[in-house]
Amino acid sequence: MPALFCRVDETDRQPIRLFVDGKEIEALEGDTLLVAVLSNADRLRKNEFDNKPRAGFCLMGACQDCWIWTEDGRELRACSTQAEDGMRIMTGEVPWLLNR
Amino acid sequence: MKTYLREPARADVIVVGGGLMGAATAFFLRTHGLSVILLERDLVGQAASGTNFGNVRRQGRYLPQLPLSNRSRDIWGRLPELIGEDAEFLPNGHIRVTTRPEDGERLEQYARDCKPYGLDLTIMTGDQARKMFPMVGPDITTVSYSPHDGHANPRLAAPAFGRAARRAGALVVERCEVTAISKDASDFVVEAANGGRYIAPMLQISGGAWGRWMAKSFGEDVPMAPQAPQMGVTEPLPYRIAPVIGSASGVTEEVVYLRQVKRGNIIFGGGRRGTADLVTKRARLDPMNTLRQMPCLARLVPAVSQLRVIRTWSGVEGYVEDSLPVMGASPTVSGLFYAFGFCGHGFQLGPAVGATMAELIATGSTDIPLDPFRMSRFTQDAATGPAATATRQT
Amino acid sequence: MAAEPVIIVGAGPAGTRAAQRLVSAGLHPVVVDENDRQGGQIYRRQPPGFHRSHKKLYGTEAGRARSLHDDFDALLPSIGYIPGTTVWGVSDEGLLTMRGSEVTILPFSAIIIASGATDRIMPLPGWTTPGVYSLGASQIALKAQACTIGRRPVFMGTGPLLYLVAWQYLQAGVKPAAVLDTSSLATRLRGLRGMAVRPRAVTNGLRYMAALARAGVPLRSGITPCRIEGQEAGVTAVIWQDAKGTLHRTACDSAGMGYGLRSETQLADLLKCEFIYDTRFSQWRPKTDPDGRSSRADVYLAGDGVILRGADAAEAAGKLAACALLQDRKIPVPGEEILGLRETLNTMTSFADGLAKAFPWPARLAAALPDDTVVCRCENVTAGDIRHAATAYDSPEINRAKALARPGMGRCQGRMCGLAATEILAAARGEPVASAGRIRTAAPLKPLPLDCKVTS
Ligand SMILES: Cc1cc2nc3c(=O)[nH]c(=O)nc-3n(C[C@H](O)[C@H](O)[C@H](O)COP(=O)(O)OP(=O)(O)OC[C@H]3O[C@@H](n4cnc5c(N)ncnc54)[C@H](O)[C@@H]3O)c2cc1C
Ligand SMILES: Cc1cc2nc3c(=O)[nH]c(=O)nc-3n(C[C@H](O)[C@H](O)[C@H](O)COP(=O)(O)OP(=O)(O)OC[C@H]3O[C@@H](n4cnc5c(N)ncnc54)[C@H](O)[C@@H]3O)c2cc1C
Ligand code: FES
Repeated sequence: MPALFCRVDETDRQPIRLFVDGKEIEALEGDTLLVAVLSNADRLRKNEFDNKPRAGFCLMGACQDCWIWTEDGRELRACSTQAEDGMRIMTGEVPWLLNR
Repeated sequence: MKTYLREPARADVIVVGGGLMGAATAFFLRTHGLSVILLERDLVGQAASGTNFGNVRRQGRYLPQLPLSNRSRDIWGRLPELIGEDAEFLPNGHIRVTTRPEDGERLEQYARDCKPYGLDLTIMTGDQARKMFPMVGPDITTVSYSPHDGHANPRLAAPAFGRAARRAGALVVERCEVTAISKDASDFVVEAANGGRYIAPMLQISGGAWGRWMAKSFGEDVPMAPQAPQMGVTEPLPYRIAPVIGSASGVTEEVVYLRQVKRGNIIFGGGRRGTADLVTKRARLDPMNTLRQMPCLARLVPAVSQLRVIRTWSGVEGYVEDSLPVMGASPTVSGLFYAFGFCGHGFQLGPAVGATMAELIATGSTDIPLDPFRMSRFTQDAATGPAATATRQT
Repeated sequence: MAAEPVIIVGAGPAGTRAAQRLVSAGLHPVVVDENDRQGGQIYRRQPPGFHRSHKKLYGTEAGRARSLHDDFDALLPSIGYIPGTTVWGVSDEGLLTMRGSEVTILPFSAIIIASGATDRIMPLPGWTTPGVYSLGASQIALKAQACTIGRRPVFMGTGPLLYLVAWQYLQAGVKPAAVLDTSSLATRLRGLRGMAVRPRAVTNGLRYMAALARAGVPLRSGITPCRIEGQEAGVTAVIWQDAKGTLHRTACDSAGMGYGLRSETQLADLLKCEFIYDTRFSQWRPKTDPDGRSSRADVYLAGDGVILRGADAAEAAGKLAACALLQDRKIPVPGEEILGLRETLNTMTSFADGLAKAFPWPARLAAALPDDTVVCRCENVTAGDIRHAATAYDSPEINRAKALARPGMGRCQGRMCGLAATEILAAARGEPVASAGRIRTAAPLKPLPLDCKVTS
C-alpha cells in the first residue's frame, strides 16, 4: 500500500511498531497515530455512509474525520493521539461488540 | 382604531400551532373537504414535534388511550400512501426491560390489561429475550415485547404532514405568531404579530406547551407546565439494534431509552428532565443529565459504552398535571377544539390526533373515546359529577 | 473576591498573554487546552524528541514564538495548566472537560475564551479523497511532525496562509505542483491599502511569492477550482479554470486547501453569548466590546476565536481581555496600557480588513458547486441535498436544512461545512447569507465517550 505522507526531517527518532489491519508497520516515537499510519498507508478509516476511504483532513482535532478503532474496541482520534509501540488498529472493520 | 396590513383571510377552520398535532389535523381536515388555515409561529414541526425521541410506542400507555394509539399505529404504517413519505417509520418492535422483580410484575400486569384493547405483548425472561435480542444486557430480568411498535424520524414527520396539507389545499402560514384569539357572535378572530388577521367559524388550539394561554383566552385553564426531556445521539455504527429499547424502571433516573436508526446512529433519551422556558422557547439540555444517562444506557445495552455521544438536545414539551393531554371540543365555546399538552408521549399519537380531531370538527363526532382527555376535567367536573369519576390508571 | 478561578480556554498567543496579565495582577487563572503542548496554532510546539530549531520552525516569527513559549513556561508556578484536555460542555457547576474518558467539572468565576480558529473550507468535488487536507493541516504535518501531505501537492484556496504553507513546503524540499488562488490580482491590490499599516507582513508575503516563483512553482490567481481527481485512495490531479475560463489539469499527489479562517465560536455559543454577523469576514461571531467583553458579564473573548486578526493581534487582545476582566473586578489597570493595546488592535484591524478584501471568501463558488458534491464530510450530505432542503422543503435557514437534510449533524457539528452549507442554502434561495443563520451548537463540542468517568 503506498504511503500518503512523506517524512522530510526528524527521522532519527526511535522506531516503534504498530499493526494496521494485522500487518506490521514501522513508525517513529513522537508520531501521532495519524502520521504513523499514513507514512505507511493511504487510508485511515472508511466513511460510514459511502464506505469510501478517508485519511483525516484538519490534523488539529476539529474535523473528526480521523477516528479509528483499535482491535480491542477503543476508538481514537488519530491526529491527536500519540502512536504507541504495539498498538493494533483497524481501518476497515469496526470492532463494535454488536458487530461480531 | 386598529388598522390591519391586509384583508383578513377566511376559512372553515383555523388551526393554531403547527406541530405534529396541528399539521396532521390540517391535512385530515382537507380530506373532509373543509378549508383550513394553519398558523405556525416558527416553522412547522420545529418545537416538540421536531425534537422528540421518535418513539412510536403503544405499550406502557394509559390504557384508555390505546384506541387512539392503535389508530395512530395504523396511520404510521400508511404514511407513504397518505402523505407521500414514510418519515423513516421503522416498525421493528419495541421492548420494555427491567432489572427489578416489582417492575417485572408491572410489565406482566400491563400485558394482561392491554389485551382487550387489541395490543398483544410477549413477556420474556431476560434469557429468552437475549436469544432474540442479543444486545440486551445481562442485568435485564424481564422484557415486554411489542412487535409492531417502532420508531420514526421526528424531524421529518410534522413537516411532511405540513407539506401534504399544503398540497391538499390548506393555507399553511409559517413565521406567523398568533398574539390574540377571540370569538365574536359567530366567528373566531385570530391576530398575528405580523399584522395578519384570520377569521373562521371553527378553531383548534394545538399550541403544544404554549396551548395554555390560548385556552385561557376563553376562560379555560389547564394546570400544565413546560419541561425539557433530555436527548442525545451517538456516532453511526453498523445497524444492529432493531427494536426501540426502553427501561420500565420505577426510578426516574433509570428510565432511559434508545433506538438505532438505519444510518447507524443510536438516539437516546430519558432520566431527569431539564427546565424549559415558554418565552425564550428554550429547552435546557443539562449535560450533567447526559452523564447520568450513560451508565443507565449501558445497563440496557452494554455495547453502547464503547461509543461516543456526538450531540445532545432537548425540546419544549407541555406537561399537564395528570399526565394526560387536553383533547376534544371546548365545553363552553362552540366551534372551539383542543389538542395540546401531550406530556411527552404525543409523537406516536400525532397522526391519529389529526385524523380524530378532523373527524370531530368535520362531522361532530368520533368513535375514538376522548372523554379522559376532555377539558372539563379541569373546568367543570366539580359541577357536573359523573364524568369526574373516570379515574386514571397507569 | 470570587472564590472560583478564572478559566482561560486556549493556550495560544491570546490565552497565554491573558494568563500572563492576570498573574501579574496577582490572580491564579487556570488554562485549559486541548493540545498536549502550549503554543496554539501558529506557535505550535513540536513533540518531545524533535529538535528542529525555532528558526526552522517559525521562520520570521521565531523570536515571538520563543518569547511566547518561555513566558508561558515561566507562568507555570502561578497558574493551573490543564493540557490535553477539551472543554466540551457547560453546566451550572462549571465547564465540563474531558481528557480521554475522564470528565472533570471546572467551576469558574469568569472565562476568557481564546479558542483560536480553524481553516475556512469551500468544498470541492473530490475533496474527501485521501490526500486532500486543509492548509492548516498541511502546515501542522510539517511543523509538528516533520512530514508533508505528499511529494507533489497543489495548494489552493486563498489567503496569506496559502503562500506561507507553499513556501514552507518548498523550504522543506517538497516543491508544490502549483499554488492556485481564487482571488484575483485586482482584488489583492484593493486590499493593499489596509494592509500597508503592517509593511513587514506585506513584505514577508511578497517574499514567499517571489521565492515560489523563482523556484518555478506556478502561481495562478483569479482561478476557479473545478474538482480533485483521484482514485479510491489518492489524488492524481486538480482541475481548475483560469480567469478566462480555460480548463487546466495540474497533476499532483495531494492537495491542501483553505480560504482564510473561521473563528472557533462553539464554546461561546454554548455559553449563550450573543452573536452578530460580521460582514468583513462574512461570518457570525460573538458580540464583544472593543476590549473583549461578551454579552455575558462573566465571559470574555480574545484572539482569532472572536475576530480574525492574526497572531500578533491575538497577543494584544488576550492581554486586553485580561485588563477588562481586572477592571470589572475593580483591580486597577493603567489607563495608558488599555489605550496602547486598543491602538495596537486598531492597526491590526485595518490590516485584517485589508486582508479580507485582498483575499475574499469566494461565496460564488458555493452557488456553483455541482449537486453531487459532498459538503458535509461527516454525514456525506451533498450540495444537492442542501438545495433540496432549501427549496423543495422550503428551509429559510440552516438549522431547518440541518433538521431535514443533516448537514452539520455529524461528529464535527458543522465546524467544517457550516459556512459553506449556509452559502449554498442562501444562494439556492436567492437570499443574503446573513438571513440564513448559523448552525446552532450543542454539547459535546467534541465526541464524548459513553464510558466516561466523572472525577472532581
Ligand atoms: C425531547 C422530547 C422527547 C419526546 N419523546 C417522545 C417520544 O419518543 N414519543 C412520543 O410519542 N412523544 C415524545 N415527545 C412528546 C411529543 O414530541 C409531543 O407530545 C408532540 O410532539 C406534541 O406535538 P404538538 O403539536 O402538540 O406540540 P409542538 O410540536 O410543540 O407544536 C406546537 C406548535 O405551536 C406553535 N406555537 C406556539 N405558540 C404559537 C403562537 N403564539 N402562534 C402560532 N404558533 C404557535 C409552536 O411554534 C409549535 O410549532 C417528546 C417531546 C420532547 C420535547
Ligand atoms: C492551522 C492553522 C495554521 C496557522 N498558521 C499560521 C501561520 O503560520 N502564521 C500566521 O501568522 N498565522 C497562522 N494561523 C493563524 C494563527 O493561528 C492565529 O492568528 C493565532 O494562532 C491566533 O491565536 P489565538 O491565541 O487566538 O488562537 P490559537 O493559537 O489557535 O490557540 C487556540 C487554542 O485553543 C485551544 N482550544 C480551542 N477550543 C478548545 C476547547 N474547546 N477546549 C480546549 N482547548 C481549546 C486550541 O487547542 C488552541 O491551542 C494559523 C491558523 C490555523 C488554524
Ligand atoms: S484530522 Fe481532523 S480531527 Fe483529526
